[in-house]
Amino acid sequence: MTDNFTTLLNFLPQLWEGIQTTLILTIAGSIGTIIIAVILGLAMTSPHAWLRIPARIIVEFFRGTSLLVQLFWLFYVLPLLGVDLDPLMCGIGALALNYGAYSAEVVRSSIKTVNPGQWEAAIALSLSPTRRMIRVIFPQAWALMIPSLATLLIQLLKGTAVVFFITLSDLTDKIQQLRQSTGDTVFAFTVGLVIYFVMAWLIQELMNLLERQATRRLGRRRPNSRSDRRDARRDAREELRLDRLKSRAAANDGASKLGPAGQGGGL
Amino acid sequence: MPPTENTPATSSTPSTSATPAIEFKDVEKSFGKTTVLKDLNFSVAPGERVTLIGPSGSGKTTILRLVMTLEELTGGYIFVDGKPLTHTEKNGKRVELPSKTTRAMTTRIGMVFQQFNLFPNMTVLENIIEAPIHVLGRSKSDAVAEAKSLLEKVGLAEKADEHPSRLSGGQQQRVAIARALAMSPEILLLDEVTSALDPELVGDVLGVLRDIAETTDITMLLVTHEMQFARDVSHRVMMFDGGQVLEEGPPDQIFNNPQHERTKSFLSSVL
Repeated sequence: MTDNFTTLLNFLPQLWEGIQTTLILTIAGSIGTIIIAVILGLAMTSPHAWLRIPARIIVEFFRGTSLLVQLFWLFYVLPLLGVDLDPLMCGIGALALNYGAYSAEVVRSSIKTVNPGQWEAAIALSLSPTRRMIRVIFPQAWALMIPSLATLLIQLLKGTAVVFFITLSDLTDKIQQLRQSTGDTVFAFTVGLVIYFVMAWLIQELMNLLERQATRRLGRRRPNSRSDRRDARRDAREELRLDRLKSRAAANDGASKLGPAGQGGGL
Repeated sequence: MPPTENTPATSSTPSTSATPAIEFKDVEKSFGKTTVLKDLNFSVAPGERVTLIGPSGSGKTTILRLVMTLEELTGGYIFVDGKPLTHTEKNGKRVELPSKTTRAMTTRIGMVFQQFNLFPNMTVLENIIEAPIHVLGRSKSDAVAEAKSLLEKVGLAEKADEHPSRLSGGQQQRVAIARALAMSPEILLLDEVTSALDPELVGDVLGVLRDIAETTDITMLLVTHEMQFARDVSHRVMMFDGGQVLEEGPPDQIFNNPQHERTKSFLSSVL
């Protein structure tokens, strides 16, 4: 076992290279995913058929074909058509298109889920369609779409492993190398699991943060949230303080009423 | 029913000679195969306050929603200040106006909804200043000053920086009224504005509306189940049934001496 750890230590620089490749693919892929998702998602909610129909076709196409085949297509077919992309760009492109298509559906359905009364109020105030979307509808839809986007981005992270097939050496590839050099399959793949899990957990934490921020903007919080309990404690303290003040005032009042009478009695 | 004064809350009577503020001409509205309104003709004078009453499904809310362009007009024309709102006649054909033209027209119209529909992602103040700044092009400082005076008017000056979710229904509705008024509308549409409120909160909202009726000459078209309020503020009451005006007249005539059998039975069921 100690042998395994020395091998792992010596292997760290290479492992870090693999992690970097996976991180670049995940981060750039996620950014691409969200851009594509927002553009296609908005287009699918458009009242204009010339926007809606092409967007729907693109989404169905990229959802309905395999990520691996899309990747091969970008890597092996595009050069035949005279477009040469380096493997990393192919990887980012395929991930963004594939997960972007899935996420576009999330964006579309979240926008459609926003209370119709919000659209009506925006129309009643004569807000332009752009203003209506940017200021009223999208911020509310954003809070709704974050949980589903988080799931898809974690899937994207795990999906990055397919770039192994187009000569890129990512985390999965490095784990394979670690397995060969240690000869310990259990050890190598367990290290892989842990690293992927940590990265997925980081994405989840980031998305939780975004979700909290988005719901706070809507003035909604989870029931019995930390800030709710803090407010409740503060209110309780304040009430207690006012009660004390009141009883003290009453006591003083009683004393002053008694005062003259007592004096009178004294005289 | 106790006899009430014959005149509405204010003595100012709407002028009848001028161009109508709202005019419905042969209006038809159908949802799929169901026709809700058919060959509807009526007009509302500038400054007039008209209450629409009638059983549910009689099309009264649809009328407000058509004026606010929330529903598509399937036949006929609506004119606001004599100008076509959504459709116009060109060479004997009914054509739809460009959405920008329609939107320019709707800036004269404000609407308050049953469910308030405040924007939850904005504070009370932001809710009110959004449209004056971005639709009417007012400066931010002007819009904020106006919003604050409106909040004062509806009794919520101290709530400017709160989120709507922190307010009670009655307070939210008063903010919604302030938000509609911030656009300085010529026409205000009130769609059952107290129906979603707890009974003890209704009074505040009606008080604010009474105040607006007394101090401004905004044309109002309202749908309400608050018959006493309708009687107090409106110049005219229109009884609807099956998408048609069954009878209309000053509130006293409709409430005290309804002519139509259908009106009598409707009123006895709600009063």
